[in-house]
Amino acid sequence: MRHDVTLRVNGVVNRHTVESRQLLVHHLRETLGLTGTHVGCDTSNCGACTVLLDGVAVKSCTVFTVAADGGEVLTVEGLAQDGQLTPVQEGFRQCHGLQCGYCTPGMVVSATGLLLDRPDPSPEEIREGLEGNLCRCTGYQMIVESVRWAADHGGPGAVAEAHRSRTEAGTP
Amino acid sequence: MIPAEFDYVAASSLEDALRLLGEHGDEAKLLAGGHSLIPLMKFRLAAPSVLVDISRLPELRTLRPSDGHLRLGAGLRIRDLELSPVVREQVPLLAAAAASVGDRQVRARATVGGTVVHGDPAADIPAVLVTLDATLVLRGPAGERELSAAEFFVDFWETACGLDEVLVEIVVPALPGRRWAFEKFRQRSQDWATVGVAVQETADGEHAVGLVNMAPVPWRASPVEDALRSGAAVPEAAGHAAEGAAPPSDLRGDSAYRAHLAQVLTAKALTTAGAGS
Amino acid sequence: MASMVGATVVRKEDPALLTGRGRYVDDIQLPGAVSMAFVRSHQAHARVTAIDTEAARQLPGVLGVWTAADLEGLPATRSIPGMERPCLASDTVRFVGEPVAVVAAQDRYLAADAAAAVVVDYEPLPVLATIEQAMAEGAAPIVPGQASNVVMDQPLTEGDAEAELAAAPHRTSLRIRNQRLAAVPIEPGGCVASWDSTGLTLYATVQAPHPVRNELAVMFGLPQHEVRVVAPDVGGGFGAKASFYPEFILTAELSRRLGRPVKFVETRSENLVSMTHGRAQLQDIDVGFDDEGRLLAMRVAIVQDCGAWPDATGAGLPTLTIFMSGGCYKVGTIAASFRSVTTNTTPVAAYRGAGRPEAAYLIERVVDVVADELGRDPVDVRRVNLIQPGEMPFATQWPGIVYDESDYPRLLDTLLEHLDYEALKREAEERRRDPQRPLLGIGFSTFVEMGGFGPSPLFEQFGYIGGWESSTVRMNPDGSVVVSVGTSPHGQGHETAFAQIASDALGGIPMERITVRHGDTQTIQEGIGTMGSRAIPVCGPAVQRSSDKVRQKLLQIAAHLLEASEDDIEQDGERFAVRGTPGAEVTVAEVALTAYKPHKLPEGMEIGLQVMDYYEPTNLSYPSGAHACVVEVDRATGQVSVLRYVAVDDCGTVINPLTARGQVEGGLAQGIAQALLEEVVYDGEGQPVTSSLIDYQVPGAPDVPGMETHHVEVRTSFNPLGAKGLGESGATAAPQAVVNAVVDALSHLGVRDLDMPLTPFRVWTAMRAAEEGRAAAASDGTGPPPEAMRPDPAAPPPPDGMPTPPADGDDTWKVTP
Repeated sequence: MRHDVTLRVNGVVNRHTVESRQLLVHHLRETLGLTGTHVGCDTSNCGACTVLLDGVAVKSCTVFTVAADGGEVLTVEGLAQDGQLTPVQEGFRQCHGLQCGYCTPGMVVSATGLLLDRPDPSPEEIREGLEGNLCRCTGYQMIVESVRWAADHGGPGAVAEAHRSRTEAGTP
Repeated sequence: MIPAEFDYVAASSLEDALRLLGEHGDEAKLLAGGHSLIPLMKFRLAAPSVLVDISRLPELRTLRPSDGHLRLGAGLRIRDLELSPVVREQVPLLAAAAASVGDRQVRARATVGGTVVHGDPAADIPAVLVTLDATLVLRGPAGERELSAAEFFVDFWETACGLDEVLVEIVVPALPGRRWAFEKFRQRSQDWATVGVAVQETADGEHAVGLVNMAPVPWRASPVEDALRSGAAVPEAAGHAAEGAAPPSDLRGDSAYRAHLAQVLTAKALTTAGAGS
Repeated sequence: MASMVGATVVRKEDPALLTGRGRYVDDIQLPGAVSMAFVRSHQAHARVTAIDTEAARQLPGVLGVWTAADLEGLPATRSIPGMERPCLASDTVRFVGEPVAVVAAQDRYLAADAAAAVVVDYEPLPVLATIEQAMAEGAAPIVPGQASNVVMDQPLTEGDAEAELAAAPHRTSLRIRNQRLAAVPIEPGGCVASWDSTGLTLYATVQAPHPVRNELAVMFGLPQHEVRVVAPDVGGGFGAKASFYPEFILTAELSRRLGRPVKFVETRSENLVSMTHGRAQLQDIDVGFDDEGRLLAMRVAIVQDCGAWPDATGAGLPTLTIFMSGGCYKVGTIAASFRSVTTNTTPVAAYRGAGRPEAAYLIERVVDVVADELGRDPVDVRRVNLIQPGEMPFATQWPGIVYDESDYPRLLDTLLEHLDYEALKREAEERRRDPQRPLLGIGFSTFVEMGGFGPSPLFEQFGYIGGWESSTVRMNPDGSVVVSVGTSPHGQGHETAFAQIASDALGGIPMERITVRHGDTQTIQEGIGTMGSRAIPVCGPAVQRSSDKVRQKLLQIAAHLLEASEDDIEQDGERFAVRGTPGAEVTVAEVALTAYKPHKLPEGMEIGLQVMDYYEPTNLSYPSGAHACVVEVDRATGQVSVLRYVAVDDCGTVINPLTARGQVEGGLAQGIAQALLEEVVYDGEGQPVTSSLIDYQVPGAPDVPGMETHHVEVRTSFNPLGAKGLGESGATAAPQAVVNAVVDALSHLGVRDLDMPLTPFRVWTAMRAAEEGRAAAASDGTGPPPEAMRPDPAAPPPPDGMPTPPADGDDTWKVTP
């Protein structure tokens, strides 16, 4: 069974017909060609597929596209504007918070979501806040420093803040 | 890992959801946050032919105080429970347990109703509901019925929720200012609890104790409560934690280790929650 | 001019990777591409009696279904002669996850449906899930044509050192199980194959595209230039992406048959049973020593679990373990032998360190056991055995294994400067006496491993055509530079590190003017690949040499243009000047442009600015270090918390302190996870128990402690860069530091050894067994408990009766840096 789905992705409204079973991550990667969002597991453990959906970080491998109909998605491709890295991206660069780069988009988006919730996290809160994202390269310490760097240099970034305020995800 | 094909219907209302369930019988499954269901579908361990999406029904996303209780819509996300100032103040045990479920992304999507209906004894929220003597409100073709949490959880991954029913509300006692503790022992941050212990000081000053992953169902450690009631000190009472339970054995521990952990964690939680003092 | 080598430089790779513009295999979407999916065995050992593909063929979007019978004549993957693994199992499956059939369909959804619709009938065979079962009397050989499951049985020494062991004042023995691990790069395996009029192109997530090309060319009977293998961005490898996988052949063959590109990307569940595993050694060690703990003789017997199909690297891992089994110590004599054994499990090959972590663990546990037996401090026992700096280069007893320059005592001294060892020992003692407090333990690891793989005679033995590396440096007519390297990175930051090396060797050309290319056999000259901590020590000198040759030509042209002697030319970044002659200047760009204008060049000079060069190392290099770990063990739960991890490494010349730290910390995280969390587990039927990330315990951010890393740089003379390699050091050093610490914490209970991973359950079980053993020894009068177990008369009685609530609030082992 197929469904018409409208999603606003990185600010652009997209309308597509999708199968019921299509996972959001495949919609982003294969239908829209936004291959920055990755797949690293089948069990919602690794977080490589993390995107902001309606203001909060979610694992796009565990969301059916059709169930996100009408929603707003922000992926790693949508963070930087005019070639200007967001503080989170710049923090990862300055603090060597990435090596192979495969977990990185999910890690960056997850960290962005964390900073939207908690603008000034302690190192321990960063570790706990990123527990849903596995990295096999860095040993995490430099990721923690990267997120702290971002917290000290402007936080989640303008695009993510605007996305959050538009979608007003929060507590009931 | 790709789910088998299915039809998807977004229910327009609770009544619509019930109608769809009635229409499709055991071929249908409700979809809320999907964080128990979708992984099972990816492994093709579940292959419903129809998914009825109830995740956007506003009537399932309510949170209201009522007569010394909080009534939680089953569609609330775990994140909602974790962050809600009302839940944090009125039922802090539930908020704390919610904050330890999965990870931030999982909590943002998974619903309280989903984790309850999945009936996994290794999940945190069900054990907390058993501890809180929560009431579960089910809506079916014949109307509403209420079950205590103890009645609701039947066996491993099995609950009293009928195929034609929807869990609509969870009613927990508001216990502001009462002491509580939640101890979750896990090998790795992402893991389910090897063993978890929830302790809640009740309105009449007693202590209720619930255990995670110690039996085929979320477990109420009544022998501990009885011991406390009859004046036992915390270490002695905690020694009864595994009595009657049937903990599983796996890589994280055999049943003897789990029984031991239950005692250790219960003692710690009881102390934190002010039992025996 | 400030040197770029040694400077902290943020990576050139990062902006693309941080903005989602990386390009990994699954991101490659070729027009007309179809998806391939495997039907994998869910039996560990069985005869395949029937495969029904009919239903699958009828499904929408299915282009075909193939079994081994449909692909007769397809070559097997290369291995030890006589043990080549077929791409698809034909009559017998030998491990869970072995492919039985492949399907191709329009997309991955339809391919998954088709794979699920293939029905395979099995007739179970006896499962040999462990090396013990596989070596048992009468066990049938798993690999056809073999006499038994022992596929290699080699003594590496003539004698068994029994005389030396017997003559030693003390001797003891130890059995170590170095558990099976999964590499789990976050990007699983995958490839895209496509044929066109120029031949075959394979995009694959691999560490070494040239060797894959060489294999495919042989298999498809093509000249090597008609096979192009591209390693695009690669999401981690850790050794496991250096193996050759059946999907490389199968996607190529299906693409050839279908006339369309064919893509295969593993799921994680497939990855955990399909991608080669690592470690999986059983080691029996006898050691003879004197009163000071000097290691006089050692006998090492290793059994390597190869899994169902021996991998050329995997079966030979014990040789590397044995070569390094003396660690950084002067061991009187070592007698060693190994057997490589097939079992009904996933094949075993290289995983970060490949054979050397097993050696470092072995010798570092031995040293601690020796110290324990003698009641001596483990640091003192290390000191009396350490090879001294004046003895370097140090020829071990193994031909060709010669350690390069280092200062092992200084590494240990530096470590101790960062650690108040005496205070920690006092605290550990105090805590033992206070049952309310968690136990404390301190563990050491002074290690040495092999980096810089080559040279060619050694590396040939692992199936590579050589042990050299290559570099082409081309300066464009505008003065910008392209460096092409034969290594193929997957997170190490080569684009930055090689640009740093080239920048210096080119006399200070700015980093932003230099681009490093890699990973494409069509555009890159011959190369070997990235494994064995070889990129910097082997390819680095190649970059240095080719850059230097370009610079020599630049200087000649500059001198010609400035009408000066070459000796008087000075370079300041992108400008050449004549020393002592103000105003006589020419830019690098002007010089570069001149190189492409033959009429303006010195008489006889060739056109252009491009140099290709190889570097063949004279030997392996030997990165080393001294690490310490401080742990807390919860008495009630057995949970281990790492309180501190301090690393002092000698990797020789550090190219970039930022990325060096990343390499060390990442390796440490994997090593600490081996010690505490990770293990690939099979049940008695050969069924994998850890086939998803729910059960295979890759640590998350809260699970890895803060780490303190330091360097002592002793340049190696074995290569002109002085660098030894660093990629594997952390994973090699950490496991025994952690385990030694935990054993130390429990030593007063009589715990002498523990097998990894030290999960809370396992530690608690060991503590309980020790308590019970103590109680039994005390009650049955079999003798007094050993010294270490005797209750201290001054101490309060040990806790008895459960439960004892931990006194401090936090019973997790989460540590904040």
